[in-house]
Amino acid sequence: MTTPGEFYQRDRSVHPPALTPNYKTSVARSPRYSLISLQNSVSEITGPVFGHNDIDAGDNDLLTNYAKAGESPIGERIILHGRVLDENVKPVPNTLVEVWQANAGGRYRHKKDTYLAPIEPNFGGCGRTLTDENGYYYFRTVKPGAYPWRNMVNNWRPAHVHVSVFGSSFVQRLITQCYFEGDPLIPICPIVQTIPDPDAIEQLTAKLDLKASIPLDTIAYRFDIVLRGRRSTLFENRLEGN
Amino acid sequence: MPQSLEYLKETPSQTAGPYVHIGLAPGAAGFQIYDQELGQDIAGPNAKGQRIRVEGLVIDGTGSPVKDVLLEVWQANADGVYPHPEHAGHESVEEGFRGWGRVITNFETGEWAFDTVKPGALMGRNGQMMAPHINLWIVARGINVGLNTRLYFDDEAEANAADPVINVIEWEKRRETLIAKRSERDGETVYRFDIRLQGDDETVFFDI
Repeated sequence: MTTPGEFYQRDRSVHPPALTPNYKTSVARSPRYSLISLQNSVSEITGPVFGHNDIDAGDNDLLTNYAKAGESPIGERIILHGRVLDENVKPVPNTLVEVWQANAGGRYRHKKDTYLAPIEPNFGGCGRTLTDENGYYYFRTVKPGAYPWRNMVNNWRPAHVHVSVFGSSFVQRLITQCYFEGDPLIPICPIVQTIPDPDAIEQLTAKLDLKASIPLDTIAYRFDIVLRGRRSTLFENRLEGN
Repeated sequence: MPQSLEYLKETPSQTAGPYVHIGLAPGAAGFQIYDQELGQDIAGPNAKGQRIRVEGLVIDGTGSPVKDVLLEVWQANADGVYPHPEHAGHESVEEGFRGWGRVITNFETGEWAFDTVKPGALMGRNGQMMAPHINLWIVARGINVGLNTRLYFDDEAEANAADPVINVIEWEKRRETLIAKRSERDGETVYRFDIRLQGDDETVFFDI
């Protein structure tokens, strides 16, 4: 009899290091000492549990969740969908996925964003959903615009949607960004390029998914998310002792 | 031909950026959208145990407060039980005790605070008791991968001295960076926990 055990060690080679000087803010916000590695205890293999009482059914539709009745935000109508899997290719069901993004002009609805592109009155820019029993999730939104930021004087972020995922345990907690296939800003973005491995960057790039598009209505992009997987406990003691 | 191992690779992390509040705490970004924002009440009204407030700053390598940080909290209840199906005894956790919360900083000062109950001690690996602690996860602009740390309590000196995680830290001086300092204010118990991302007295961060 095998039971789920510890999570696989995080493969830090797919993630950005803490100190990435071309992304200037990281210089003063990155630890100088090495992380201290811990074997999983119950504090790590558990995590918050969310249910359908926590969110509303329409929270995953960014075309309507902040729009006035009968109105709709300006922009390219897209479906962003995919599966949340673990490293063992197993679906991660009932997990909370949260997204946030700028509007079609690259402006965020945030009191700290002063970019001159206007706020869209019918667009909030955030959504959330729970994956189904197959790990599947979907959002409807507008494709965000690129925007400038103060790093080097002429840096522009590629179009992106920020994505936050929980998994079933605190060790799987992940925040990332989803980019869009073919965007020429991807290879020259200092934040994207904090990731050393080109294949890992490719993994953050949503693919145009014509088969999931709704003709004459909404175009689709596919973005699968992989969280850490866990071992089966074959020969070992339980995490909490015997 | 060798067989292949059919594992996927974890999705790479990216910084949460300066506007993380839009997605995770939209009220702080300046607008109301959801009927219920998640993570605002960690312990709930029915929680047993001692009510406490935890507060502090996240400080960067120049000594300045980080004003756009978001922290997440994960803790057991006063009996040392997590509200999670894999923790034995989880059925006994008080209704409404989530054990998880989100905390954002004051945009002007960088100060953050959260109200909860003090967690209990609990069994760690190999039958060793872990001292009461709160797990923290820190994201912000400039932080490429969320940082994990643990908050312990200075009035649990005996339990801390035996804690298996604290004792993994070879440098005894660095252990002190994980210990929150207790004080009383207007009848309330407050623990101060400043997190230093870099430099002198850099907080210990874990690869969990």
